[in-house]
Amino acid sequence: MPWDRDQMAARAAEELEDGMYVNLGIGIPTLVANYVGDKDITLQSENGMLGMGPFPFEGEEDPDLINAGKQTITELSRTAYFDSAMSFGMIRGGKIAAAILGAMEVAENGDLANWMIPGKLVKGMGGAMDLVAGVRKVIVVMDHQNKAGESKLLKECTLPLTGKGVVDRIITNLGVLDVVEGGLKIVECADGVTEDELRAATDATIV
Amino acid sequence: MNKIYGSAAEALEGVLSDGMLIAAGGFGLCGIPELLLQAIKENGAKDLTFASNNAGVDDFGIGILLQTRQVKKMISSYVGENAEFMRQYLSGELELEFNPQGTLAERMRAGGAGIPGFYTKTGVGTQIAEGKEVKQFNGEDYILEEGIFADLSIVKAWKADDTGNLVFRKTARNFNPPAAMCGKVCIVEVEEIVPRGSLDPDHIHLPGIYVHRIIQGEHEKRIEKVTTRKREEA
Repeated sequence: MPWDRDQMAARAAEELEDGMYVNLGIGIPTLVANYVGDKDITLQSENGMLGMGPFPFEGEEDPDLINAGKQTITELSRTAYFDSAMSFGMIRGGKIAAAILGAMEVAENGDLANWMIPGKLVKGMGGAMDLVAGVRKVIVVMDHQNKAGESKLLKECTLPLTGKGVVDRIITNLGVLDVVEGGLKIVECADGVTEDELRAATDATIV
Repeated sequence: MNKIYGSAAEALEGVLSDGMLIAAGGFGLCGIPELLLQAIKENGAKDLTFASNNAGVDDFGIGILLQTRQVKKMISSYVGENAEFMRQYLSGELELEFNPQGTLAERMRAGGAGIPGFYTKTGVGTQIAEGKEVKQFNGEDYILEEGIFADLSIVKAWKADDTGNLVFRKTARNFNPPAAMCGKVCIVEVEEIVPRGSLDPDHIHLPGIYVHRIIQGEHEKRIEKVTTRKREEA
């Protein structure tokens, strides 16, 4: 059985170590926060906050307190606020230990595409290009295949890039792969998925 | 010197004109200069270029100036929440320059700090790098990005003293300080103006040297995506 969204998030949470400052993207990456257990993790929100807390209780929303997905959130005792220039200074400057984000395509050389599909409505890259260029470890969490059943792990990306050679590790519903010299290396398979099945579902070179 | 003006319209008098480059603070609808945007709409100035992370929604934020066709160009990182924006962009009525969010923030900060250009790793090897100078430092490629020197800055803060020292609140700070810094003239709208001496000098987020005009008013502070969690049963 391939992993479901929560199992992928739980697996991604295993990547996080005590004391890390981490940026989580929208979608499955947001769920990672539910699985960090008692590890001391500080979440960064790139609109200007370290120490992001959970969603507020109904009636306690504060319009001055949102995350990068524009959702209402809360602060913690450790929280610090700062402006966007400092926020991206700490991202670009390599102070954030890890970014966990979704993707449309990842290539075997670590290229990442997740911001636009030509011919479709383009919304913008937001902070994604800054994050993948600056954060020390970039972990992609995504389904292994698209809705048409095609591999999202490719020899080369077909979509416009968000970053070149930026991805370190990929966690999909089928397993975990690292970007290494010459291609992708299987780190582990999801429960009940064989290495042959994972290879068969992957277009990228597996070394 | 008095920096306090009676209304947003008064504060814009003599500084707003057609074709200007305006840097605006805010992230989504959080911390946007909503009173000044409304006053720009009423003023009718047109062919404006906005450096602003987002373009508001259809009926709030910069969106209200799109409805009246006062905006010629946007310099933004994410415009996905605005249908009228997309309509005008796809029909060629509106120019759009996408900047990575951190690059946009740094372009504003740099402009305000007198730095006309800087090199960054962000966007190397992507569409964003097309036509930009590439330079190697320590064996890695970086692209040249230019500082933004705006004609006018419009920002929102929580409190100002009468000399323009500003305090922001929570994540409503966002792009406001860098946007404030990069304009020839900066107008700030606040929820409260307090007498000098009542803000702790150690707790000023942006010193008044960057602020030329101040207005106070009632803010709607609309929430874009109300997200809550359930209370645990006691």
